[in-house]
Amino acid sequence: MSGHFLENALVYLGAAVICVPVAKKLGLGSVLGYLLAGMIIGPYALGFIGEEGDDILHIAEFGVVIMLFLIGLELEPKAFWRMRKQVLGLGGWQLAVTTLLLWPLGMLLFNLHWTAALALALALGMSSTALVLQNMKEQGRMNTEAGKSAFAVLLFQDIAVIPILALLPLLASNPAVAAGSEAGWLAGLNGWAQAGLVLASIVGVVLAGRLVVGRVLQWVAATRIRELFVATALLLVVGVAVLMQAVGLSAALGAFLAGVVLANSAYRHELESDLDPFKGLLLGLFFMAVGASINFDLLQEAWMQVLLLVLGVMLVKGLILGSIGRFYRFGTDQNLVFAFGLMQVGEFAFVLLAFIGQLGLLGDQTLQLFTAVTALTMTLTPLFGLLNERILLPRLGTPEAVTEPDVPEEQHAVIIAGFGHFGSTVGRVLRANGVQATILDYDADQVELLRKMGFKVYYGDVTRVDLLELAGAEKAKIIISAIPNLETNLRLAEEIKKHYPHLRFFARARNRFDAYELMEHGVQQLYRETIDTSVRMGVEVLQALGHRAHSAHRTGQDFLRYDEAAMSHLALKKRDMKAYISSVRAAIAWQEEMLLADKEHSLSSHDHSWDSEAIRRNVLGDAPTN
Amino acid sequence: MKKILVLLAHPKYEKSRANQVLIGAVKDLPGLTIRDLYELYPDFNIDIAAEQAALQAHDVVVWHHPIYWYSCPPLLKQWIDLVLEVGWAYGKGGEQLRGKFIFNAVTSGGSREVYQVDGRNRFTLRQFLAPFEQTAWLCHMRYLPPFAVQGTHRLKQDALEACGLAYRNVLQDLQVSDDQLPEKLANLDYLNDWQR
Repeated sequence: MSGHFLENALVYLGAAVICVPVAKKLGLGSVLGYLLAGMIIGPYALGFIGEEGDDILHIAEFGVVIMLFLIGLELEPKAFWRMRKQVLGLGGWQLAVTTLLLWPLGMLLFNLHWTAALALALALGMSSTALVLQNMKEQGRMNTEAGKSAFAVLLFQDIAVIPILALLPLLASNPAVAAGSEAGWLAGLNGWAQAGLVLASIVGVVLAGRLVVGRVLQWVAATRIRELFVATALLLVVGVAVLMQAVGLSAALGAFLAGVVLANSAYRHELESDLDPFKGLLLGLFFMAVGASINFDLLQEAWMQVLLLVLGVMLVKGLILGSIGRFYRFGTDQNLVFAFGLMQVGEFAFVLLAFIGQLGLLGDQTLQLFTAVTALTMTLTPLFGLLNERILLPRLGTPEAVTEPDVPEEQHAVIIAGFGHFGSTVGRVLRANGVQATILDYDADQVELLRKMGFKVYYGDVTRVDLLELAGAEKAKIIISAIPNLETNLRLAEEIKKHYPHLRFFARARNRFDAYELMEHGVQQLYRETIDTSVRMGVEVLQALGHRAHSAHRTGQDFLRYDEAAMSHLALKKRDMKAYISSVRAAIAWQEEMLLADKEHSLSSHDHSWDSEAIRRNVLGDAPTN
Repeated sequence: MKKILVLLAHPKYEKSRANQVLIGAVKDLPGLTIRDLYELYPDFNIDIAAEQAALQAHDVVVWHHPIYWYSCPPLLKQWIDLVLEVGWAYGKGGEQLRGKFIFNAVTSGGSREVYQVDGRNRFTLRQFLAPFEQTAWLCHMRYLPPFAVQGTHRLKQDALEACGLAYRNVLQDLQVSDDQLPEKLANLDYLNDWQR
């Protein structure tokens, strides 16, 4: 490998750097970008890589191991507990029913042994966390029923991967293969000893995690040598992986376990941010390897079969999701978004299929067929999403506008886009002062409710000019965006500048980062969500500590004024921050900048007002007071 | 016994020796209520109903404040503007404050000497307080001469404490005073000079 190492690295990195940004621009997401890159450099297109496919896959699998370590690390039992009903209910039903339906189909259509069909069904039941969550976030749907339910299902799938990985070797006819090429000296021991050793290793990992690892991390952290900590993190994951493989478990499973054990460690965030880039890169490599392994000759021959499989799997999954949604009483809109969102087969399937292949449960051809099918379902997801938005939702979902036949159309001076907590509070303040607003909202359930209460509400995507037109943007004076989503607000700002330049735009910003972006796009009226409330809390804490109420109040106002001024100054620094890959690191660097600036400004009560000391000194010359 | 309401308006009370001594000397008097305006309304958003209720419940009102630029701090002016409503405190039907005693209890950096017609400040303290006196008159209240602690820049601690005691005595005597008092004090410039 050393001979071709640099050339290979060039090919892989080059392909990634070119294809992934293009894919993102096209709205296809990074996973598809890597797949595409792999397909292009693979043996069927440019042919830069070929036989080392297997080796690369092994290295890239380490990305999967790290990913599972991070999943374990980031697993918050409390959050999971709160959502347990949806996660177990929605997620459980989805995976169970999908598996149970696809399992017999697999046996029938492909003549598979029941174990193989089960493994395949489990793999196909997975949806794509990367694609779905990214899309939901971009469309601002994370807080809707569809978004939250999708998240619950995906979370369940994430967790389900663990027992599935544990289950698969049991399904395989040759368990020794499960340990990978290095079966180790365990193959020689009998069943009981093997089981005992497995148990001992798990217990060992847990104990080591609790007692030893923390100390080691502390010791390394004390050296303050950055890369040592990173090395230790990697060592940790590699160590656990090796140990787990040696006793016959999957490395990924072990890594997950180690992650869970360390979830409470003080170094959790450090570990997360240090391992994140490795995970990202190696996963990218993994997907590229998968893309390269897609057999286009096979696809060409069996294109009919592939197409039918793709559509068939998506249809089955979609119908199951829709039925579950109906069973849980989702509104039609939410159900359609939910079903169309999750109907694809996701990247976890690649992981499972690769493992299944290693275990020898499925033949090469079948594997390649379904790898291709998976990749295609992911590619088609945006298209199906578009189908839903353009054709199904307008027909079956909540209507855009409801016009009373004889009531004249009043034009309001104010339009409020987004009527959640933020928007409705603004609306109430306005209403209390006799200002009625036209409301735009994208949550169908919310819209139905508001219409029932007699509000004039338009339903749809606020960045669509025809909807703005319908809502009276031409005659209005002010448009308020109470939507937290940055992309939506940026698009809205553009549309307004283009079509309704007379309209004043008041925008909500989640935080100062979003505020900077909006500022750079010329939005002047910006409202950061938390600044006023947090300053108010600070002021009231001072009062509770015995500071005089008015003095504390003034210091709060000074702070707000200082903070606003600092915004533009720190906005310049923000461009430097963009160099940080991990947003966690960027946020920490931010804090540092802000605190430094505070110190330079010597942010303390600059209040010389009513300072009798100063007056006294001035009046009496420099004579000391008694 | 007359009930006394002290409306304390000091934006930097925590730094005012004089006012802390004065308030400290009287706050435990029975039948005396202190409303610390800058503490109650740090954002100037005065609860008019609450203030009016407090006024109705007391017989003697004290505007207790430092003299800044020959007048009172802004919040007290806000109080006067908002609380003394037409139809309640003055004007047709505005009878709620009729007959109540009211005076200014002030501290000033300038001494009594400079607050003279031929002194540095060119007007007497009483003259500077004319707006308050007229406000009281319009609201049918009985305005008393001001209680003043002056020349605070040079006052030593024991002198301040003597002032505190004097303030306490004045308030206690007001509590047991009768309704002829305002006439008796008509020619006095300072409540401090009240001979009992």
